[in-house]
Amino acid sequence: MNTPAWFAAARSRLLLLAIVLLANVLVAPGFLEVRLVDGRLFGGIIDILNRGAPVMLLAVGMAPVIATRGIDLSVGAVMAIAGAVAAATVNAGHAWPVAILAALGTGLACGLWNGVLVTIFRMQPIVATLILMVAGRGIAQMITQGRVLTFTDAGLAGVSSASLLGLPLPVLLALAAAIGTGLLVRGTALGLFIESVGTSPRAARLAGVPAPALLIGVYVWSGLMAALAGLIATADIRGADANNAGLWLELDAILAVVIGGTSLYGGRFSIGLSVLGALILQGMRTCILRSGLPPELNLLLMAVVVALVLVVQSPACGPVLARMTARLTRRGTA
Amino acid sequence: MGDTASMVLAVRGLTRTFPGVRALDGVDLTLRAGEIHALLGENGAGKSTLINLLTGAQPIDDGTIHLDGRAIRPKNPADAAANGIVAVYQEITLLPNLSVAENIYLGREPTRFGLVDRARMRREGSALLARFGLSIDPALPLSAFSTAVQQLIAIARAVDMSARVLILDEPTASLDSAEVAVLFRLMRELAASGLAILFVTHFLDQVYTVTDRITVLRGGKLVGERLTADLARLDLVAMMLGSLPATESHLQRRTAVAPGDIVVQVTGLGRRNLVSPFTAEIRQAEVLGVAGLLGSGRTETALLLFGAVRADTGGVLVDGKPVTLKGPRDAIRLGFGFCPEDRKLDGIVADLSVRENIVLALQARQGWWKRVPPARQRALADDYIRLLNIRTPDAEKPIQLLSGGNQQKALLARWLATRPRLLILDEPTRGIDVGAHAEIILLLEELRNDGMALYVISSEIEEVAAYADRVLVMRERRQAGMLTGAEVTPAAIIDAIVRPVDGEPSGRAA
Amino acid sequence: MRLDARTLPLLITVGVFILLYAACAVQFPAMLGTRVIGNLLTDNAFLGVLAVGMTFVILSGGIDLSVGAVMGFTTVALAVMIEGAGLHPLVAFTIVLAGGALFGCGVGAAIHWLKAPPFIVTLTAMFLARGAALLLSTDSIPVRHGFYQTLSGLSLSLPGGGRLGLIALLMLLAFLAGGVLLHFTRAGLKVYALGGNSRFAGLMGIDTGRTTILVYGFSSTMAGLAGIIFSLYTRSGYALTGVGVELDAIAAVVIGGTLLSGGVGGMAGSLIGVLIQGLILTWITFDGSLSSWWTKIAIGMLLFIFIGLQRLILHFSAPTGRTG
Repeated sequence: MNTPAWFAAARSRLLLLAIVLLANVLVAPGFLEVRLVDGRLFGGIIDILNRGAPVMLLAVGMAPVIATRGIDLSVGAVMAIAGAVAAATVNAGHAWPVAILAALGTGLACGLWNGVLVTIFRMQPIVATLILMVAGRGIAQMITQGRVLTFTDAGLAGVSSASLLGLPLPVLLALAAAIGTGLLVRGTALGLFIESVGTSPRAARLAGVPAPALLIGVYVWSGLMAALAGLIATADIRGADANNAGLWLELDAILAVVIGGTSLYGGRFSIGLSVLGALILQGMRTCILRSGLPPELNLLLMAVVVALVLVVQSPACGPVLARMTARLTRRGTA
Repeated sequence: MGDTASMVLAVRGLTRTFPGVRALDGVDLTLRAGEIHALLGENGAGKSTLINLLTGAQPIDDGTIHLDGRAIRPKNPADAAANGIVAVYQEITLLPNLSVAENIYLGREPTRFGLVDRARMRREGSALLARFGLSIDPALPLSAFSTAVQQLIAIARAVDMSARVLILDEPTASLDSAEVAVLFRLMRELAASGLAILFVTHFLDQVYTVTDRITVLRGGKLVGERLTADLARLDLVAMMLGSLPATESHLQRRTAVAPGDIVVQVTGLGRRNLVSPFTAEIRQAEVLGVAGLLGSGRTETALLLFGAVRADTGGVLVDGKPVTLKGPRDAIRLGFGFCPEDRKLDGIVADLSVRENIVLALQARQGWWKRVPPARQRALADDYIRLLNIRTPDAEKPIQLLSGGNQQKALLARWLATRPRLLILDEPTRGIDVGAHAEIILLLEELRNDGMALYVISSEIEEVAAYADRVLVMRERRQAGMLTGAEVTPAAIIDAIVRPVDGEPSGRAA
Repeated sequence: MRLDARTLPLLITVGVFILLYAACAVQFPAMLGTRVIGNLLTDNAFLGVLAVGMTFVILSGGIDLSVGAVMGFTTVALAVMIEGAGLHPLVAFTIVLAGGALFGCGVGAAIHWLKAPPFIVTLTAMFLARGAALLLSTDSIPVRHGFYQTLSGLSLSLPGGGRLGLIALLMLLAFLAGGVLLHFTRAGLKVYALGGNSRFAGLMGIDTGRTTILVYGFSSTMAGLAGIIFSLYTRSGYALTGVGVELDAIAAVVIGGTLLSGGVGGMAGSLIGVLIQGLILTWITFDGSLSSWWTKIAIGMLLFIFIGLQRLILHFSAPTGRTG
C-alpha cells in the first residue's frame, strides 16, 4: 500500500484533520492540553477520540462493505438492537460478559442476514439493508418495551467508563478494531480480494477469487462492529435507548468512508483513512460545539466537505483537478 | 462504382483512437441507394466502432461523413436519427420494462392534447409489426416476448425511423430461418425503395444470400470493397482472417518438440443452447489451436473447459482421472489458467496495480489466509515485467494506464505465476500493437517448448497455422474438424471453416 | 388484465390493503366510517405528496434522501416569510415551490455531471437542507396568518360525518397530476426509459441528463409541496420536521410495487403504499394495547415480502437468456 496515490490521499486527509484541530485550538485555546485525573486522561483530543469511537467502529466495518460496491444502511439499527440485547441480558440476571457476548452474537446474526440477502438472494445491498434499517429499530424497541432500559451492572457500564493506560476503553476498542481490521485485510489477502471483487466482479471470479464467502464476510464484520459500537453507546448512558441509539449514525459512517476516499462504486479502500474521516467529522462537530456557534452549522459543514470530496473524485473533474495541482506543485518547486 | 448519383453515404478516412489502440484507422465506406452492403470482419476489426461513429454514439477523431453529398457529424444517436441514420445493435438495446409500442415510438410518441396517444401508437405499431409477420399486441410489455421477437421489434423501430441509412448489426443471431427469410424479404423491399442498408453478420451464407457488395475490415483498417457476386467464399474468408503484411515476419513455423502425455482429455463436453458437445485431447508441450469464425462457439469451448460456464453433458479427464468443474476455482486448483477474450471486463482489475493483477490468481489459489509475502509479490512482479518485457515505469502503476499489449502480458504473467499445466488463451493477440503481438507469439512457443499444454483460440489463421500442432475447427457452434500434422496450413483451416454444413443453410445455431 | 411483473405486485398491494382494512374493520367497526377515512388521508397527506415525487425518482433508477429535509426547510422558510417578513402565504408558497424546484435541479445536475451515486449526492443535499433550516430557526415558529385559518377551514363534507380537508385534497390532486404526468405524457415515458436502462435510453435518443435533472427537480418540488401541507397541518414551522420521512416515502413506493432498481412500477401503488402505512398506524392507535414498534417491524416485514416477491417474479418471468 505504499503507493504514491495512497500517500497523497493520506496527506490530504491528515491536512484536513490538522485544519479541523487547528480550528479547535483557535476556538478553545486549552484544546491541546491533556491532563491526568485519577489515572484517566482528559483533554480535547481525548474527547474527540472518545466521542468519535462509535462512528470510527462503524466506519471500520463499513469501508470493506463499500469497497465491494455494497452499502450497509442497517448499522444504526444494529447498534440499537445490540445495546438492547446487552441491557436486557444483564437485567435478566446474567453476568456482564454474557451480555457482551450476546450483543456481539446479535451483531453477527444481523450481519449474516444482510450478507445472505445480498449474496444468495442477490438483492441490491441498499434494499437488503434497508429492510433491517426499518425493522431493526422496531425490534430493539420490542426488546426494551419502548422504554429506556436502564441497568446498574458496573461491568457493562465499564465498556464506556473504564480506562486502560489512561485512555478511555471506547478509544482503545475503536483503535484496536481499526488496527485489527487493518491487519486482517492487509496482512492477509482479504484486502486484495475485496478490492478486486469491488472493481471487477467478473475478472475476480475468473481469477478464482471466492466472491460469495467474501461478500457474506464483509456484512458479518460490519454487523459485529455495529454491535461493538452499540455496546459503547448503551454503556455510555447506562441504558438501552432503542429510539436514539445509533440514530442516523449509518450516514456518518458512510460519509466517513467517503471522506476517506473510498468510492461508492467500489474498489480501493483504506481502514486508516476511513477512521481519519470519522475523526474529521467528530473534530468538526466538537469545534462547532465549543465555539458557541449554532450546532446546526455542522450539518452544512459536513455537506460542504462531502461535496468537495465528490467533486474531486468525480470522473469529470478528477483529471482536470489533478492537472491543476500538478501545475501548481511544479510551479512551487521551480 | 463511379455512379455518385446513387451514392447515399460516403465515409472517408474515418479514424477513432482509444488510449493505446487505434480502433478505426482511416476507413472508407460507400453506401449506395438500393443496395444491401455487408460489413464484415472479426471481433476488434472495427465494425462496432464504425457503426458507433456513424450513429454518433462515439465522437469522430478524424475523417468525414457525407450523407447525400452533405457533410454531417452526428453528435448523438438522436442527431443521427434526425439525419435518417438508424442502427439496430447486436445486443437488443430496447427497454424490457416498456411495452412493445412504447419501445417502437420512444422519443417520437404521437400525442393528442399533449398526452401520449396510446391508441394511435398501438394501431400504427400493429400495422408496422404486421409487415414483419408479427401479429402481437403492442400494448404488452417487451419482456413478454422471446429474444427473436424482440430483435424483430428493434428492427421494426429502426425501419420506421430510418429515412436514408439502416444499419443492422448482427440482427439474425437470435432469429430462426423463417424469421431470417422475412427479414431478408423486407430488407430487399426497403432497398428497392431507395434506402441504403449496412448489414453486419458472421453467417457467410447470409452474406451471399442477401448482399450486393461487401466491405471487409481487419484490425481497424479497410481490407477492401468487393461486389458480392465477384468474390469467392474462400477469398472472402482469407480477406477476413488472412494476416496483415506487418505481422508476417515472426511467423516462420518452428520445429515443434515432440508432444508429451495427454494432460487434459475432453469428452463430449457441451451445453444446450451454447455449444454442441466437442471432444479433444490436449498434450503436454503442445499447442491446440482453435479456429472458427465469430459466433462459431470457439469462445464457449474455453468457458466450459475452465468451468466459467457449467457443462450439462460430457466430462473432462485430467491425467486420466475424471474431474468436476463447478467453477473457475476448480479449474485453477487443477492447474488451469484462462486469459479471456474481453480483457477490460473479464481480465484486468482496472484500479489495481500491475503487481496486484499479477499475483491475483496465485493468491486466490493459496487462499486468503496465506498471503504471498510483499517481498515475494514484488519479486514476482519485477521478474515477469522483465521476462515478458511489460512496459511500465514500475509494478505499482494501475494496470488500466498500460497499453493493451502490456495489459495482455500482465494477464499472461498472472497465470504463469500459478505455474499452470494448461493455459487457455482466447484471442491473446487481439487489439494490441505489432511489437507486443510478436512477443506474445514467441512467448507461447517458448511455453510450449518448456512443456506446457496450450489451448489457443485465435481468428488470426496464419498465426494459428504457424504455432499450433493441431487445430480444432468450430463452425455454427459445433466441432467441424480436427487438423493435425501437415494438415495444419492456413488454406486447410479456412477450407474447414468454410465447408458448408449439410442441411442447415443459415440461421440459429443448435 | 395480464398477470406479469408489472401488474402482479400492484394487485398484491391492493389485496394486502383490502385484507388489512377488513381485519381492522372486523375488530373496530368504527374504522369503516368516513371520519376515519378522512383522517387517514389528512394525516398522511404530506407523506403521500413525498411519495409522488419519490415514485418518479425511484422509477428513474435513483433515490432521493433529501426530501424530508427539504420538507422541514420549507416549513421553517414559510413561517419565517409569513410571520417574519409579512409575506402573503400565497407568495411564500410560490417562492418555496420555485426554490424547491431549483434545489432539486441542482441535485440532479450534480448526479449527472459528477457521475456520483444518487445516494451520496442526495444525502449531502439532506444535510444542506437540514442545516439551512436549523440556521433559519431552531425553534418551532407558529404561523397565525388569517389565510392559514381560511385554508384550514376549507373541506369537503363526506357522507357519514367525515371531512376531506384541503390538504387531503391536495395530496389526491398530487397523485392525480403525478399519475397523469407519469403514465400519459412523453416525459413520464422518459422516466421509465431512464430507469429501464440509461445507456439504452441514450441510444434510443432520450436526453438522459435533462431527464435526470428534471426528475430530481420534480421530487424536490413535491417535497416543497409536502412542506406547505405540513405547515398548514401543524400551523407552524420547525426545522426538525420530517426527520426520517424519506424512509417512509421510499417504503411506501416499494410496498406499492415499484422496483427499487427502477423502471417498473406506478403511481397508484404508491398511494396504496402510503395508505397501508397509515392504516397500520391507525390500527395501533385504535387498539391501544399494541405497541408502536410493531409499525416498524410490520413495515420492515412488508418490505422484505415485497422485495423478495419481486425478485421471484423477475426470476421466473425472465425470458430464456440469449446465449452467444
